[in-house]
Amino acid sequence: MKRLFWMLCGLSVALLAWGFYEAVFVAPVEATMGSIYRIFYWHVPINISAEIFPYVNMIASIGYLWARRKNHSLALKLDALAIATAEITVLYVGLGLATGILWGRPVWGIWWAWDARLTSALMLFLLYVSYLLVRSFSSGGQGPVIAAVLSVFAGIDVPIVFMSIRWWRTQHPAPVLTGEGSLDPSMWPAFLWNMAAWFFWGCTLIWARYAIVRREQQIAEREAMEALEA
Amino acid sequence: MIYLRIVWLHLRKDLQLEWRSREAVAGMLFFTLLIAVAFAMAFDPTGYPAMARQMSGGLLWVGLLFAATTSLNISWERERRNQVMDAHRMSAAPPSALFLGKAVANFLFVAFIEAVLAPVFIIFYNLHPLGELKWLWLILPLGTWAIVANGTFFAALGLRSRNRALMLPAILFPISIPALLGVTQATTAVITGDFEPGMWVRLIFGFDVIFTTACILLFETVLHAE
Repeated sequence: MKRLFWMLCGLSVALLAWGFYEAVFVAPVEATMGSIYRIFYWHVPINISAEIFPYVNMIASIGYLWARRKNHSLALKLDALAIATAEITVLYVGLGLATGILWGRPVWGIWWAWDARLTSALMLFLLYVSYLLVRSFSSGGQGPVIAAVLSVFAGIDVPIVFMSIRWWRTQHPAPVLTGEGSLDPSMWPAFLWNMAAWFFWGCTLIWARYAIVRREQQIAEREAMEALEA
Repeated sequence: MIYLRIVWLHLRKDLQLEWRSREAVAGMLFFTLLIAVAFAMAFDPTGYPAMARQMSGGLLWVGLLFAATTSLNISWERERRNQVMDAHRMSAAPPSALFLGKAVANFLFVAFIEAVLAPVFIIFYNLHPLGELKWLWLILPLGTWAIVANGTFFAALGLRSRNRALMLPAILFPISIPALLGVTQATTAVITGDFEPGMWVRLIFGFDVIFTTACILLFETVLHAE
């Protein structure tokens, strides 16, 4: 398993480097925006991954709630996965917001607009920051349960947030991958390389965090056992 | 029928406790009043009636949201004294009845605050609503229930954690954003008369139905979380 992890790690670093090269040196300059548009090669892949990881978190949380009375070791693993995905979600949504802000200033002329997608992304960020806060505040055996329940609530909330804010207002450019104003064929390779790179890099980070949390859990269990035996 | 009776017993107990101490309602009333005063100092509502119309819906709900969080913490704090929570855990009564009873009690407290403060807002902010006021009979209860149902649930969630007072707003506010957006938009629609509040009322209604169901289904897990 350890070797597999380092292989994934090496693969994603190589992909990141190759994606960077493709996006900066190979992809053509965009007609209206110039080179600023290149942020898109990081912004969109990061945000797509940032929308996948919360679902992993929710599925792991539901699994935890289901397994916690039946299969203790499986429940602990699912809880570790939930922690790891939540942390990487916060990181990725944060990066997505940061790259968006950097792009918005030169193109829109403002750092931030209270537009549908920006606000939804900010809400996703806040939801998962609150999830991590809850984890750090709650003590003892109930922490994972509370966090899992909160994750289910967040999972229900995300579609409602998206819908309600879309009704509210829209300024963000329409999706470039589907629909009008779609991506030029020469831009696809750089985009797809970065997509793969950021997804695999996210998976690497989740795996690393998962391994650390698992070790922490094992230490806590061993200490509990020693305290019982003493 | 037995279920409804248990809900009623929980509700009656909470109303009785509140009637004797009056701490939650009195605290909320004063707190919301102070928020209204503080915002009136920040901008001049009588000088700019159009701006006052635009902002007062949001201010009213922000005030109510802040006030509700103080009262929600108090309502569970009562159950902590004398290990009442442990008694609830051991009781054969359905846990969701406890949740519903408490949520309805909190709803009544916040509704009382609204009934007192809505006229105060109209006087302080010199409001002349331009839309149809009858919508408020729908918006106020639905919006209050959205805050209170989730708030009661999350206050129970954070009951045994450190920093209880900080944890409730940290969870409640991000989750309630769609409801908050809906109620402020709907209230602003009624006050300014610029657009129809119907769509936003539907959003709040949907939010209420979905999250009340989730709260009822998950409350047992939260009560027995150990």
